[in-house]
Amino acid sequence: MALTETKRTKLEMAEKPDGLEGPGFFAGKLEDLVGMARKNSIWPLPFATSCCGIEFMATMASHYDLGRFGSERLSFSPRQADLLMVMGTISKKMGPILKQVYIQMAEPRWVLSVGACASSGGIFDTYSVLQGIDRIIPVDVYVPGCPPRPEQILEGVMKIQELVEKESFRRRQSAEYKELLGKYGIE
Amino acid sequence: MLKHTSKPADEKTKALCDATFAKLQAAFGSAIEKAEVEYDFPEITVSRDKIFEILKFLKEDKEQDYHFLTTMCGLHYPENKGHEFGLMYQLHNMPQNRRIRIKTFFPASDLEMPTVIPLWDSANWMERQEFDFFGIRFKGHPNLKRILNMEDIDFFPMRKDFALEDPTRDDKDDSMFGR
Repeated sequence: MALTETKRTKLEMAEKPDGLEGPGFFAGKLEDLVGMARKNSIWPLPFATSCCGIEFMATMASHYDLGRFGSERLSFSPRQADLLMVMGTISKKMGPILKQVYIQMAEPRWVLSVGACASSGGIFDTYSVLQGIDRIIPVDVYVPGCPPRPEQILEGVMKIQELVEKESFRRRQSAEYKELLGKYGIE
Repeated sequence: MLKHTSKPADEKTKALCDATFAKLQAAFGSAIEKAEVEYDFPEITVSRDKIFEILKFLKEDKEQDYHFLTTMCGLHYPENKGHEFGLMYQLHNMPQNRRIRIKTFFPASDLEMPTVIPLWDSANWMERQEFDFFGIRFKGHPNLKRILNMEDIDFFPMRKDFALEDPTRDDKDDSMFGR
């Protein structure tokens, strides 16, 4: 078959924000444009402590491939990460370390709590396990499951993407946000 | 208290248990309290006052030669008044593949044990763990502080009077758990 006859699929990288469009120009809100860019280039920091971390490995691998959502590049330094993905049981002794990692992240930052243990302590209702990471850091999206399947983790990441896209420029400076962080004792 | 039903001990283990008991009694007299075979495991209960000497004897006597401390574990039976707490040492004689368990009990009001670090260096962390979970203090331990739990907790989680479930959790609806 000749090359010209090959059926080509038109690939859409990201959805265009609302705006006025004409030949050679596009006028829209800067907020929308930044939202679109951020949404499709989230750098996650995987904080994996147990079996949910194994599911995350599957999520990153070729079959599910988180890279399709713009998160190909994992950041193992909190300073460069946008999204903290907490996957697995967090013991009380690990708590301060997790909080430190969160504090080291630059704004804007989001947190995804993957699995029953990270979200609520799960089956480990006991003296050594933190009963949900939202006791020490604010969480944006919770993914249920024990452990959740890669599809569910992807769904969680897509929910985070929605939040990232819609987030207002002023949110991180707002009094409500400062109050939220203040509740966790974070400046 | 639930009493388990262990199968009858095999002859060899029973003979070993009795022989060790007799040997220890010859050396330490009334400090050796009782001997029994539980789950094919010889178990000898001794008094706390002589525990160090007894373990030293079991380790250094050429015939006994229990040279390896496999593990150590705290015990808590609140219903045994006057002997609420205990400690279990599990020893191994590798050349002859013989194992033995030494138990000792003491009251809740006096949780002090001699350290066995001079016999086995590996006892260092084991004793820290028993301090961490049961609050048993080891006299002579060079670094007796918590090893696994948070340093700032003020309870000993393996004691029977410590609630199993986390008391800070408020989202559990009792009706969901049939209680």
